Amino acid sequence: MSTKMPPVLELAGVAKTFTMHLQGGVRLPVVAGVSFVVEPAQCVALTGPSGTGKSSILKMIFGNYRCDAGSIRVHHDGEVIDVAQAGPRRLLALRRRTIGYVSQFLRAVPRVPAIDVVAEPLIAAGVARPAARTRAGELLARLNVPERLWGLPPATFSGGEQQRINIARGFLPDCAVLLLDEPTASLDARNSDAVVDLVAEKKRRGTAIVSIVHDDDIRSRIADVNIDVTRFSAAAA
Amino acid sequence: MNTDDPPLLIAEHLGKSYGRRLGCRDVSFALHAGEVLAVVGESGSGKTTLLQLLSTQLAPTSGRVLYRLRDGVTRDLAALGEAERRFLFRTDWGYVHQDATLGLRMAVSAGANVGERLMAVGARHYGRIRSTALDWLERVEIDPERIDDTPRVYSGGMRQRLQIARNLVTQPRLVFMDEPTGGLDVSVQARLLDLLRGLVAELGLAAVVVTHDLAVARHLSHRIMVMKAGEVIETGLTDQVLDDPREPYTQLLVASILPP
Repeated sequence: MSTKMPPVLELAGVAKTFTMHLQGGVRLPVVAGVSFVVEPAQCVALTGPSGTGKSSILKMIFGNYRCDAGSIRVHHDGEVIDVAQAGPRRLLALRRRTIGYVSQFLRAVPRVPAIDVVAEPLIAAGVARPAARTRAGELLARLNVPERLWGLPPATFSGGEQQRINIARGFLPDCAVLLLDEPTASLDARNSDAVVDLVAEKKRRGTAIVSIVHDDDIRSRIADVNIDVTRFSAAAA
Repeated sequence: MNTDDPPLLIAEHLGKSYGRRLGCRDVSFALHAGEVLAVVGESGSGKTTLLQLLSTQLAPTSGRVLYRLRDGVTRDLAALGEAERRFLFRTDWGYVHQDATLGLRMAVSAGANVGERLMAVGARHYGRIRSTALDWLERVEIDPERIDDTPRVYSGGMRQRLQIARNLVTQPRLVFMDEPTGGLDVSVQARLLDLLRGLVAELGLAAVVVTHDLAVARHLSHRIMVMKAGEVIETGLTDQVLDDPREPYTQLLVASILPP
């Protein structure tokens, strides 16, 4: 049997150092030699104490942080794109179609209702607005966001409500790669369970997931592979 | 998105000096349809000079600007005749000034301010012009009852929204904006920014937005160009440049924002 799927995401020798010019050019090494692969339908969890560079790795995969060395290869519409080398237009196209990202905090846009915040990535990907809003509503309902909040801008919501808006926005499009940074950090047990179910569904559809989850129980329920990031931060120091 | 379509606007090694004083030097970039580029930097960094070079209001000392016209042909703007350039400005381009009085005709009604751009592209039917103007006033959240008032009696935020309606009514493909939210109250700025963001996305506009306000750049643009002393010192995806600034000057700009 040789039906093993090729990886969706391959990191090889990825390194990141911040140079703080305002502090006399102090160099802060974050990670070095980051190498791992993620296959379709697999959830990889990055583990290790705070400050070891877990979020920085996710941000480099998303193209939010620049990469100083190495490659981040993403299989995208039949081609392979190296995020570490890709220009802005390629990165934007990649984000629209291939890589989804649930950040730790929602960057709230004033005046835009929650349901439109959630539907926006689908609309950007070409789905008609009414259909996108319908699907956004279904997902918000699964995440127990009361319907009376859907029409309001999330800026004034509680932390847990904002995080569920953020999760819905990240999970709604069908991306080949999904990056999750502490998706359940501010959620209660019922909503954490909903997220665990959503992750399982994504995996069944073949999505490759990279996650950071501090809660051991939740991590053990979603992750297939754990990668301890400590060795990458030690390599950078 | 097809990443291989030809760019709409191309700047090649653009430079401008005023005698011995430098306006800007060796600026090159390509802007595609639907892309919003923010040009950031402090006053005197050459941002406005660049905007004027791109929109042919200033002639460059070196380099050139190319634009893909509606017929699909990319032309050197310096080689266009005056009439062709005026036509571009009236139809395919918009220019939003920081000072709305420069972009509006203050002595005529709001409706006429919007209708005038339509008439410049050949609209003649009064009823249709008026209904289009009304439609645009609503889109920029101006009470239709105010259509016959002149912008003299409008607030700063309303004037700016009227200027935007006047620019967008001809469905341009490219809009230049010079500090579009400058000089407005913070709450008015937020409203204008959201409005602009929505319209730009909905209409698929390409835009070059000059601003010293990084929040405006964050909210509105896909890409950023950081300018200092007339030169581009850093470029990239907007969130990349703002979250992971590389150059000392960009780090200073980002670090200088006071948290609310």
